[in-house]
Amino acid sequence: MKLMTCPVNGARSISEFVCAGEVRPIPDPNTTNDLAWGAFVFHCNGAAGIKQEWWCHTPSDTWFIAERNTQTDEILRTYLWGEVA
Amino acid sequence: MPFRLLKFALSKDHPEPRMFRQPDRLKSSYDAVIIGGGGHGLAAAYYLARDHDMKNIAVLEKGYIGGGNTGRNTTIIRSNYLTPEGVKFYDESVRLWQDLSQDFDLNLFYSNRGHFTLAHTDASLRTMRWRAEVNKHFGIDSELVDPAEVQKACPMMDMTCGGHAPILGALYHAPGSIARHDAVAWGYGRGADLRGVEIHQQTEVLGIQIESDRVTGIETSHGTISTPRVLCAVAGSTPRILDLVGLRSPIYIHPLQAMVSEPMKPWLDPIIVSGSLHVYVSQTARGELVMGASLDPYELHSTRSTLDFAEGLAAHMLELFPFLSHVKVVRQWAGMADMTPDFAPIMGKTSIEGFYLDSGWGTWGFKATPVCGKTMAYTVAHDRNHDLIEDFSLSRFENYELVGEKGAASVGH
Ligand SMILES: Cc1cc2nc3c(=O)[nH]c(=O)nc-3n(C[C@H](O)[C@H](O)[C@H](O)COP(=O)(O)OP(=O)(O)OC[C@H]3O[C@@H](n4cnc5c(N)ncnc54)[C@H](O)[C@@H]3O)c2cc1C
Repeated sequence: MKLMTCPVNGARSISEFVCAGEVRPIPDPNTTNDLAWGAFVFHCNGAAGIKQEWWCHTPSDTWFIAERNTQTDEILRTYLWGEVA
Repeated sequence: MPFRLLKFALSKDHPEPRMFRQPDRLKSSYDAVIIGGGGHGLAAAYYLARDHDMKNIAVLEKGYIGGGNTGRNTTIIRSNYLTPEGVKFYDESVRLWQDLSQDFDLNLFYSNRGHFTLAHTDASLRTMRWRAEVNKHFGIDSELVDPAEVQKACPMMDMTCGGHAPILGALYHAPGSIARHDAVAWGYGRGADLRGVEIHQQTEVLGIQIESDRVTGIETSHGTISTPRVLCAVAGSTPRILDLVGLRSPIYIHPLQAMVSEPMKPWLDPIIVSGSLHVYVSQTARGELVMGASLDPYELHSTRSTLDFAEGLAAHMLELFPFLSHVKVVRQWAGMADMTPDFAPIMGKTSIEGFYLDSGWGTWGFKATPVCGKTMAYTVAHDRNHDLIEDFSLSRFENYELVGEKGAASVGH
């Protein structure tokens, strides 16, 4: 069983978590154009590497950030938003 | 031991002709280069040589041909999709499959079984009715059937699924089939080779040269070649190649796993899919059950297998077929699926001249191998998108013109 560490609840089975994709800046919807908005909504950095992702521990609804290698599935660290720069 | 095998063992040289040549070195230039020796890349090479008289072509494969998703897929072939764009496209593919064995002079073990997608809820019955109507409108054999008919076609199935998910009906698609995946890659490979195409295995593409938005060449693990046209057909490696040319796409990679059981006497003729139970199964000519489920839940560029998957899939299989409880699983594997947000492919020309894409085939692209080869060959030869792929271009996302195939593609492939 693969484990992930929730910054609030500690190590739990990976099946208790969902991934919501890479952390990335959102363009200002009021000033951006359609092209840039479309790129934000759809396009992603699809290549393998170490990424920062939003994850949620679903039983406790805790949202946090995980740093994960998307080629080896190694979870390098997890922390709450704002905790680590 | 068959005599042929003995001859094989005792002979110093290779007594059998190879399926295709092994060219020893790359030429300095080609009219077109295809990245990826899966079914799609080889099919495109085949039709370029056969129908468009382009023979100075190289297919570059970093591993061995068919070693990607082509050789890892569960080979379901069908055309009962949801959108008009999808239905037309897949229907053309199912048509092309019919005479491929003759075309190649190679048995593809194309086996027409019939395909049931089970409904366990009113909501899924409703989607199926919709799918059946779209399908019929385009002349595709597809209908809603009641539980009695499902039971007749598959008497071994527990129609109540242990009492908690009774089967209310099914979408039945008579043309649903399976085929031997390796043979498809070999058939296209041999056909292309016979017409002069060079297939270079163990040759990885490391870079793509571009001058003022135009492809000029390719850097490989065996040197650099110049070429004005490059077709990228690398499935799970698409984002890496797009990185090389600086294009962005919505493609994200998730593993898709599958497994097979030990061989049994034939008992399952049709292909059975249940979206609610996340399971699909067919029985091969050898008697093995080929089983699959949905995608792994998060991005990963790897072909590792997990016990979670095997346990989950086995549990759902037993809900449908409790009598399989003593049957053993003999193999489990994964492929890297190149997923798109609308479950439709990304094909055709791009903003870089001479760079063509055949990608976003995720968990459903094996059935489309022939039609992808044909339409991509046309697109590369004429530098113009084939009509059938017009709706699948990369630019649809910037223009907010998605295709919306999820309802028919997510578990059923
Ligand atoms: C478990 C599983 C089950 C599936 N079930 C079905 C099904 O039932 N029905 C269906 O229709 N589809 C199914 N699919 C999807 C189907 O397998 C794929 O969409 C299809 O086979 C893609 O073919 P391809 O030729 O594009 O890619 P592949 O066969 O993956 O070929 C791409 C090739 O590119 C090579 N490559 C990658 N990078 C480079 C590089 N840099 N240089 C050189 N070569 C490179 C790879 O080695 C690979 O051989 C399934 C997929 C999986 C994983």
